[in-house]
Amino acid sequence: MFQGVINGVSAIAIPVLILAIVGHGWYKKVKVYEVFTEGAKEGFNVAIRIIPFLVAILVAIGSFRASGALDLLTGLLSPLTSWIGMPGEVIPMALMRPLSGSGAMGIVSELINTYGPDSIPARMAAIMEGSTETTFYILAVYFGSVGVKKTRHALPAALLADLAGIIAAVVVTQMVFG
Amino acid sequence: MINTIWIVLMAGGILVAGFQCLGLDYSSAQGLVMTPSFVPLTELTKGLFDSAKAAVNLAMGLIGIMALWLGLMKIAEESGLVNLFARAVRPLLVRLFPEVPPDHPAMGAMVMNIAANMLGLGNAATPLGLKAMQELQKLNKVKDTATNAMATFMALNTSSVTFIPATVIGIRAAANASNPAEIIGPVILATGVSTTVAIIAIKTLQKLPKYRMPAVAQEGEEV
Repeated sequence: MFQGVINGVSAIAIPVLILAIVGHGWYKKVKVYEVFTEGAKEGFNVAIRIIPFLVAILVAIGSFRASGALDLLTGLLSPLTSWIGMPGEVIPMALMRPLSGSGAMGIVSELINTYGPDSIPARMAAIMEGSTETTFYILAVYFGSVGVKKTRHALPAALLADLAGIIAAVVVTQMVFG
Repeated sequence: MINTIWIVLMAGGILVAGFQCLGLDYSSAQGLVMTPSFVPLTELTKGLFDSAKAAVNLAMGLIGIMALWLGLMKIAEESGLVNLFARAVRPLLVRLFPEVPPDHPAMGAMVMNIAANMLGLGNAATPLGLKAMQELQKLNKVKDTATNAMATFMALNTSSVTFIPATVIGIRAAANASNPAEIIGPVILATGVSTTVAIIAIKTLQKLPKYRMPAVAQEGEEV
């Protein structure tokens, strides 16, 4: 039942959204084709822009994994993470996510590349990527832009939310795909 | 921070591989046995080059999906659908930010920022978010200290209210996942949990004496 609802939402979300966007655009007399291609041009730039970050992270994680260092680390942390159902392979993702957006995306890509997109570690990392944010970066940029130095309860609350998001991603992945 | 992590991953891997080249075997019957070989290091080198190649292949696969998504989002912007969406989340935000007047420009910018985040439009969300912070700063009486409204806005942003995680779906599609969009349901669920925790945490923590606004603000108000 739970799985059915979740899978249903996933299945209909994109087609319904595309139909709504195109239909509403047509209704509002937007030149849908021209506007679409104008926006699509950006897609190329986005994909090219992330290459340096992807290379940096994939190579670094590759080095850490190929040498066996990752196995050492996950061996150390796994008693803790296996308790909530997180496979050791996902530990680097949970550590990286609040620190660096490009880094976290690199780890997702690396897990997909190594274990396949339909593996549990790759799915879990993808769900983590979608449901949490680069907390430190956002706080630094947003507060920095207006010169606020004393951030009060913003950081502890944001980190609590990250922790909740990471645990939720683990639990939901195990429930839906486990 | 990211620099430290990167060097630990990179150099840590090389050092561990170098150590393995010594071929130490503790479990051997003759005590400590050493069988040196360069295999771990050559394997590592091969792994590094493969990773670099994989990164570019991935980005190439992403171009098409990103183009599709950003094209659709451009239509949604032009047709006013993003605005419509923003109007729908507005009543909720008005309740979350009691300190901000509902018709203040800060409210409008925050509404648009959150709407953009929900649709996975990270690039569009950031300028709107920065604009919202500037407007919130105008309502701030102690300029170097975050207001409750700012902290709440940050909590919403960092807990990532996402409906369509477009980039991750793109990466999964580029890697030939059997069903790239299957993560949407789980993401909405997990993001709901983190956002709920964020709001509860922010509203609870702001009452603690440790995080109270400096008293200067209240005095300034009375004068």
